[in-house]
Amino acid sequence: MSVFKHHAKIETNVFFLAVGILLTVIVGGLVEVVPLFTIESTIEKVDGVRPYSPLEQAGRDIYVREGCYNCHSQMIRPFKDEVERYGHYSLAAESKYDHPFQWSSKRTGPDLARVGGKYTNDWHTRHLINPRDVVPESIMPGYPHLMRPLDTSKIAGNMTALKVVGVPYTDEQIKNAVANLKEQASLEATADSAVVQAYPKAKVGDFDGNPQVVSEMDALVAYLQVLGTMVDFTTVDHTKIQR
Amino acid sequence: MAHVEHDVISGQNTTGHEWDGIKELNTPLPKWWVYVFWACVIWAIGYWIAMPTWPTTNGFTRGMLEYSSRGDLANELDIQKKARSQWLTKLEAASVEDIAKDKTLLNYALAGGKIAFGENCSACHGSGGVGVAGAYPRLADDEWIWGGTLEDIHQTIQYGVRNENGESRQSEMLAFGTGDTLDATQVDQLADYVLSLSSKTPAAGSPGEAIFAERCTACHAEGGVGTKELGAPALNNNIWLFKGDKESAKQGVVNQITKPRHGSMPAWAGRLDAATIKMLAVYVHSLGGGK
Repeated sequence: MSVFKHHAKIETNVFFLAVGILLTVIVGGLVEVVPLFTIESTIEKVDGVRPYSPLEQAGRDIYVREGCYNCHSQMIRPFKDEVERYGHYSLAAESKYDHPFQWSSKRTGPDLARVGGKYTNDWHTRHLINPRDVVPESIMPGYPHLMRPLDTSKIAGNMTALKVVGVPYTDEQIKNAVANLKEQASLEATADSAVVQAYPKAKVGDFDGNPQVVSEMDALVAYLQVLGTMVDFTTVDHTKIQR
Repeated sequence: MAHVEHDVISGQNTTGHEWDGIKELNTPLPKWWVYVFWACVIWAIGYWIAMPTWPTTNGFTRGMLEYSSRGDLANELDIQKKARSQWLTKLEAASVEDIAKDKTLLNYALAGGKIAFGENCSACHGSGGVGVAGAYPRLADDEWIWGGTLEDIHQTIQYGVRNENGESRQSEMLAFGTGDTLDATQVDQLADYVLSLSSKTPAAGSPGEAIFAERCTACHAEGGVGTKELGAPALNNNIWLFKGDKESAKQGVVNQITKPRHGSMPAWAGRLDAATIKMLAVYVHSLGGGK
């Protein structure tokens, strides 16, 4: 212990003090940085997770813009009660293309990590316009302004930016962004459409009940309907995703 | 440099610094604090050994206890499944009719169905199945679009209505009032007749009756009693699914004739397990099933 009694010697010597500070900063930095180098082993290897289609990505931007994350989490934790209510716990792999992720930490409303496919498009649209129309006891605000046309001018740029941070959009996908976006929200789209070829299992069709306009509502509902649906958990080897 | 003195009053040494005659005591940290500090350090080393902590090149150290939150969950779910298996195996094996006949099984299914309904169904069909006027059918009555028998309800919950599931219930009402189908007067006459069907005295001999007989009975059947296999609702009652609060009954009928709306419902097979769907079917049936 004697060395600790002589801390004054380190503290009053500029060289030792500098070395001591450097060592402390190095340890602190390593603790923060090293886990990032092991991210490959953190992300579970599961099939099906793909980048969001342009329409879904636009909807995701609206989700962030409107601050949905303030009340809704997208993170089903590995607890019995959560899994019973919401479905399979969330995997790191499922939000690997989320920038920024929407795990959130507050649940004024329910978790949305697996809301995709749970309700119909019609329900989502009604509920977003005025939640009390379908859930009388709801305290969620209404978002009727989402029925306005979607601004599609920025989507290709957004996808390019996402590509820079590691989302594997191809040049082809970025080039076709607006075409794919409009196709996904059109009544003519089918399971064989180009947008579904580029983004497997994407839900197509008119989402908001107004096929004339591709609205922000179309985009947001398309995003909500894909949440938690990309991984088919019947095919997942559970020993491989155990942490 | 420093000149350390012993302070008689406190019994401590000074640090040796002095500013204008003010000296600083070098009081050691309280013993209890120092012991807790070292206990934490030792605890941390034990924790590194026992629990998953350090990242490695291809993963992380598992620790001697091999703790895993996801593994714990899997165990907990296994235990829960075993605890419930007495019921769940019976529910899985039994048909919905058999569940309804077995009193103890029925009680279990009704309780479980109620909970699953609250989480999964009440968003559209409302708490207790009251439905939403103008959008989602009320389940707490004896009027059923796709049939209200146990088996019908079970089928509807499993595969849903007008969705992407290949087994889902499908049908589409044709739009009248466009092209060479019906002109505005005929639509008006037809709407009047359809409304009269829901009264006790249908307007026999009216022009609407003839149009109804020609155009509508294929699905809605004679007298407008409806055809459950086609999801064509009965028109001879006062239940109007797609009439909004703000429009008159007649306007609602005219809208449906000229621009038909179709309800849809997700398929629940795959999302919920077979036993839960059966419990739901039994519960929904208890709300007003039968027909």
